[in-house]
Amino acid sequence: MIARLRRIGLPYLLLLPALLLELLIHLIPMIVGIVMSFKQLTQFFIRDWGAAPWAGLDNYRVAVDFDAPVGQALLHSFWVTLCFTVLAVGLSWLLGTAAAILMQDAFRGRGFLRAIFLVPYALPVYAAVITWSFMFQRDTGLINHVIHDQLHLTSERSFWLIGDNSFTALVTVSVWRSWPFAFLCLMAGLQNIPRELYEAASMDGAGVWQQIRRITLPSLRPVNQVLVLVLFLWTFNDFNTPYVLFGRSAPEAADLISIHIYQSSFVTWNFGSGSAMSVLLLLFLLVVTAIYLLVTSRRRDAADA
Amino acid sequence: MRTYHRAVAATAIAAAMALTASACGGGSSSNDSGGNSSPKTLTYWASNQGTSLENDKQVLEPELKKFEQQTGIKVKLEVVPWSDLLNRILAAATSGQGPDVLNIGNTWSASLQATGALLPFDATTFSKIGGKDRFVSAALAAAGAQGKDPAAVPLYSLAYGLYYNKKMFADAGIAAPPTTWDELVADGKKLTKDGKYGLAVEGGNGSENIHHAFVLAKQHGSDFFDASGKATFDTPENVAAVKQYIDFIGKDKIAAPGNAEYAANQSLADFATGKAGMLMWQAAASSLKSHGMKPEDYGVAPVPFQTAGATGAHAINSMVAGINLAVFKNTKNLDGSLKFVNFMTSAAEQKTLNATYGSLPPVKDAQSDPAFSTPDLKTLAEVLAKSAAPLPQVPNESQFETLVGTAMKELFAQAASGKDVTTDSVKNALTKAQQQMPAS
Repeated sequence: MIARLRRIGLPYLLLLPALLLELLIHLIPMIVGIVMSFKQLTQFFIRDWGAAPWAGLDNYRVAVDFDAPVGQALLHSFWVTLCFTVLAVGLSWLLGTAAAILMQDAFRGRGFLRAIFLVPYALPVYAAVITWSFMFQRDTGLINHVIHDQLHLTSERSFWLIGDNSFTALVTVSVWRSWPFAFLCLMAGLQNIPRELYEAASMDGAGVWQQIRRITLPSLRPVNQVLVLVLFLWTFNDFNTPYVLFGRSAPEAADLISIHIYQSSFVTWNFGSGSAMSVLLLLFLLVVTAIYLLVTSRRRDAADA
Repeated sequence: MRTYHRAVAATAIAAAMALTASACGGGSSSNDSGGNSSPKTLTYWASNQGTSLENDKQVLEPELKKFEQQTGIKVKLEVVPWSDLLNRILAAATSGQGPDVLNIGNTWSASLQATGALLPFDATTFSKIGGKDRFVSAALAAAGAQGKDPAAVPLYSLAYGLYYNKKMFADAGIAAPPTTWDELVADGKKLTKDGKYGLAVEGGNGSENIHHAFVLAKQHGSDFFDASGKATFDTPENVAAVKQYIDFIGKDKIAAPGNAEYAANQSLADFATGKAGMLMWQAAASSLKSHGMKPEDYGVAPVPFQTAGATGAHAINSMVAGINLAVFKNTKNLDGSLKFVNFMTSAAEQKTLNATYGSLPPVKDAQSDPAFSTPDLKTLAEVLAKSAAPLPQVPNESQFETLVGTAMKELFAQAASGKDVTTDSVKNALTKAQQQMPAS
C-alpha cells in the first residue's frame, strides 16, 4: 500500500517545485490583475490598495461603452491591433515559408544565408528597434534618403513615425523581427519530410508548385498550427516594438492595444481601468485561441482518419 | 479528448502571455509614516540635470561627501533618467520601498501629493529646514495643490526664454527680438529661407507642447482646469492658444515640418547649428555650448506676449519650471532626510549646484551670487519673478499632459503633412481629450 502511494506520489512531488513557481510567477499576478480590475485603483489609493473602493463592473462598463470616448478609443485600438496582427503574421509566415523552402536544397553559401536570416531574431529588441526609429526619421533617416532622395518615389519627404504612415512603419519592423522565427520553425519542420515523397512525386510528373502544394504544405501542417498561433499571440501583445518606436504615446494610426492599456494605467495612473482592459484582452485571446485550436485540430483529426 | 487536452494546455499558455500588462507591481503597504530606525544612511534619487547621468554623479558626489563630513550620514546616490523617474516613483509609492529623498519634476507635485507617498511640509517640518520664507514664493507655489502643505520644496528653478541667433537676426535686418507673437511670426518669415527656418519647436514631445499651450492659454485669459479642478480643455480661448502654436508649422510655416516628430531635443541642435533662428527653451546655455554654440552668438529675451505691454493675468510668458526635492514618507531616517533637504537648499549648495546646471536658485539667499547675473540668466530670473505661473497644481495634471500633449502631437503631424488645421479640428481634438479625463 505504502509502496503504491509512494509510486503514485513521486511524480507529483517532483512536479511540486515547478507548480509552486508557476503559481508564483503566472497565476498570482494574474489573479491580482483580475482583482485590480474590480477596484477603483487610482493615484489616490496606490499606496494602500486595500483602501481603494470596489468599483464593481464600472471599469468594464467604461471600457466597453463604445459610444463614449474611452470605449471608442479602445475599440479603435482593438481594430488597429487586429489589422496589424493579421498583416504582420501573414507576411512573416509567407516570408518564412518562402525562405525555408528556398534554403532547402544545398548550394554554396547556404549556411551563410541561413545565419544572416536569423540575425533579426538574435538582436536585442531595443537596439534593433531604436535603429529602425533612426532610419524612419523624416529629415535624416535612411528610408527617406533611399525612397525620396535616391529613387524619387515620393514628391516630398514623408513622415513615418507620426501620422498615418506610422502603421506601415510598425508592420515593417514587426515583420522584420518575427519572420526569422517562422523561418527557423519551418526549416526544422522541412527536415522531417522524407525525400522519397518528393522523388515519387517527380516520378509521377508533379512540378515544383504541385510538390509544394501537395507535399510540403500538408506535411508542415502541425508546425504551422503552433507557429501561427504563437506568432499571433506574440504580435497581438507586442509592447516593445511600438513603445521603442513611438514612445509612450503612439500615433492614432498605430495605437496598439498593449500601448493603449499601458497609457490607460501607467500614464494616466488609473490601474483599475487598465486592468479591466487587460482582462478583456485576455478573454478575447482565450476565445480566439480555443476556437483556433478546436477548428485546426478537428480538421487534422478528420484528415488523419 | 486529445483535442480537448491540447486546447486546455495551449489556452493556459495564452492566458499567461496575455495578462502581462496588468501583472505589474503587487503587495500593499501599511500606513507607517517612517521613523529613525536607520540614522546613518540615506538613499537619494536625483533627476538627470547635467549633460549625462555620469556627469550628474560627478557633480553630486563631492557635495554628498561634504554632507557626510558634516553629519556622518552616508548618502547613496542614484541618478534616474527622466524617462524612468515617474514610473520608479509610482512603483516606490505602491510598494512602500523607495528612496529617502528624491527629486521630482515640479509639475508632478500635486499628482504625487495625492498618492500620500510624500512627506507634507507643514509648519513643524519647515521649521526644521529653516522656514518657509527662505524660498521664492512662485517656486513654492509649484510644490503642491493650493491650500495644502507643500509636498516638496523647490531645488532648481527654470523659466522659458526666447533664444535668438544674433547673426541670423542681423543678416535679416531685424534690430531687436520680438515682443509680440505677430512680430515673432513676421520675423520668423524673414528668417525662413534657403532651407533655414525662423523657429524650432519640439513637436513630438507632449510635455513641451503643453508647456507652450499653457502659456498661450493664459495669455488668452483661459486655463485648462477651472477653480474646482475640473478639466476645461476646449474653451474657445484654449482652442485659439493651441491653434496658435500648431500654426507655427501649419499656417505661418516658420518652423520646419520635420519638427513635428522631434522628441529628443533635436530642436535644440537645430538652433545651435543655425538651422533655425529662434527657440523657446528653459536654461539652454550648457546644452547649446555642448552643441558648439558660443554664448556671444545668441541672445535671450522674454517669450512674447499677445499684445505689447500686456498686464495682469494676460502677462504670463512662462510656466514656473523646475525640480523639487521631496522626502519619502516611508523613510527610515526622517531626521537625516530633513538634514539633507536643509543641506541641499542651503545658500552654499544652491549656488554651487544651480551654477553648474545653469538653473536659478529658488532660495532667496543664493540669488544675489554673481554666477546668476549672466545676461541670459538675468532675463530668465526676471521672467520667473514677474511673469511666470505654475502649471495647474491638480491631481490630474499628468493625465492632462498625456492627453493634450498627444492631441497636439497629432495636430502637428497633420499640419506638417499639409493638412489644414482649423479651429474646428483643434476644438474636436481638445474635446476628445477632455472626454477621456477621469470624472473626479
